[in-house]
Amino acid sequence: MLTCLEKAFTSTKLHLVREYASLHRMTADAPLIACHECDLLQREAPLPQGGIARCGRCGAELYRSHPDSFERMLALTLGAGVLFAIANAFPIIGLKLEGQVIETTLFNTVRALYNEDMTPVAALVFVTTMLMPALQLFAMAYLLLPLKLGRAPRHFALVFRMLQAVRPWGMVEVLMLGVLVSLVKLAHLATVVPGIALWSFGALMLLFAAIAAVFDPRELWARVSAIR
Amino acid sequence: MTHAPTTAASRGLLVCHACGLLSRAGPHAHAASCPRCGARLHWRKPDSISRTWALLIAAMIFYIPANVLPMMHTSSLFGSQSDTIMSGVAYFWNSGAWYLALIIFFASILVPMLKMIALVLLLVTAQLHSRWQQQQRARLYRLVEIVGRWSMLDVYVVAVIVALVQLQALATIRAGPGAIAFGAVVVLTMFAAMSYDPRLIWDPPGEEHGRDSAKTRAT
Repeated sequence: MLTCLEKAFTSTKLHLVREYASLHRMTADAPLIACHECDLLQREAPLPQGGIARCGRCGAELYRSHPDSFERMLALTLGAGVLFAIANAFPIIGLKLEGQVIETTLFNTVRALYNEDMTPVAALVFVTTMLMPALQLFAMAYLLLPLKLGRAPRHFALVFRMLQAVRPWGMVEVLMLGVLVSLVKLAHLATVVPGIALWSFGALMLLFAAIAAVFDPRELWARVSAIR
Repeated sequence: MTHAPTTAASRGLLVCHACGLLSRAGPHAHAASCPRCGARLHWRKPDSISRTWALLIAAMIFYIPANVLPMMHTSSLFGSQSDTIMSGVAYFWNSGAWYLALIIFFASILVPMLKMIALVLLLVTAQLHSRWQQQQRARLYRLVEIVGRWSMLDVYVVAVIVALVQLQALATIRAGPGAIAFGAVVVLTMFAAMSYDPRLIWDPPGEEHGRDSAKTRAT
């Protein structure tokens, strides 16, 4: 399984401009690309399916070729949107004590912290687990859906930049681990009942990881400029 | 390699940090914006080294209360206690859940500390224009960017426990000031990593593409 994956993702080292441009007349006409991490100027090279182009100097990922990356981005975004709604509407975990069940949703944890004068922590939890993931999904749906229908969304550039700014701050996967740790920590106080949202967050975590893997800004810009 | 590799900057080309488009710098390169997505363009991230140092030092200062002050106050019929991060680790270790003790120790104590040490290393080597282990340093930077978010773990643990236990009479658990300091460490180190420009790892000493312009302004 692992070796199979490794083969699929064999990186294609790009040529350094000066060294290879003269040798390979073919690549001399290929578009230029600069590595965003070391600024090395190099020529784009065609990739095999599922291949990743890495910078020839620092090894940073330049671009990747995913089969159907656009359709996958759209499907995963819509799926994640549904899961996100469920994950926020239902309780994450509950405590069962003397026949009574006390449950909490994610937003309730934010409110509890806020009521305790822990506003900075409440804000941090709210922003990283609710606001930023929601903005990310909204922005992606806003960009992808009109493109699917062959139209360019208004303010495409602005929403795209917002999406890029928002992406590092969504931390659903860390929240998931945090909930699991607190589940174990509370187990000695009372019986812990996992809620529907716990499973949704688990699935959401996987979908966000999948979105990060297939996210292809070059494909988005290619589609927009094809329409314009 | 016998000659210096060609960078975009050395050819007068600017890379957009948001969409990746290469564009030729006009006469007013300071106020340039990307022709495709409109993001501001810079040769290098503005004042990268000074900003990163500032955020990093602030994070280091917060790291002390984050570890010393309690994350949680628990009070029940049997008395009250305050838990710091380290006492939480010790609690799990003693109660047999060593795997959880290890996870929390890694995420809350080791990762922030190693992240700050790594950023100091990256900053100092960039300021010295060092050519030492450039590839490994580039890899270290990518690791710092990926791993940093996992330190938020303890903040979420406190949030969930406080919300659940507050609702019943059995015990009251309140979040402590350590949680605020800890959140600040995570956010500040994330901003520090974002304001660091990894291209400075590779820039040769001669080219000052807006690198640490505070220094050049002062002299």
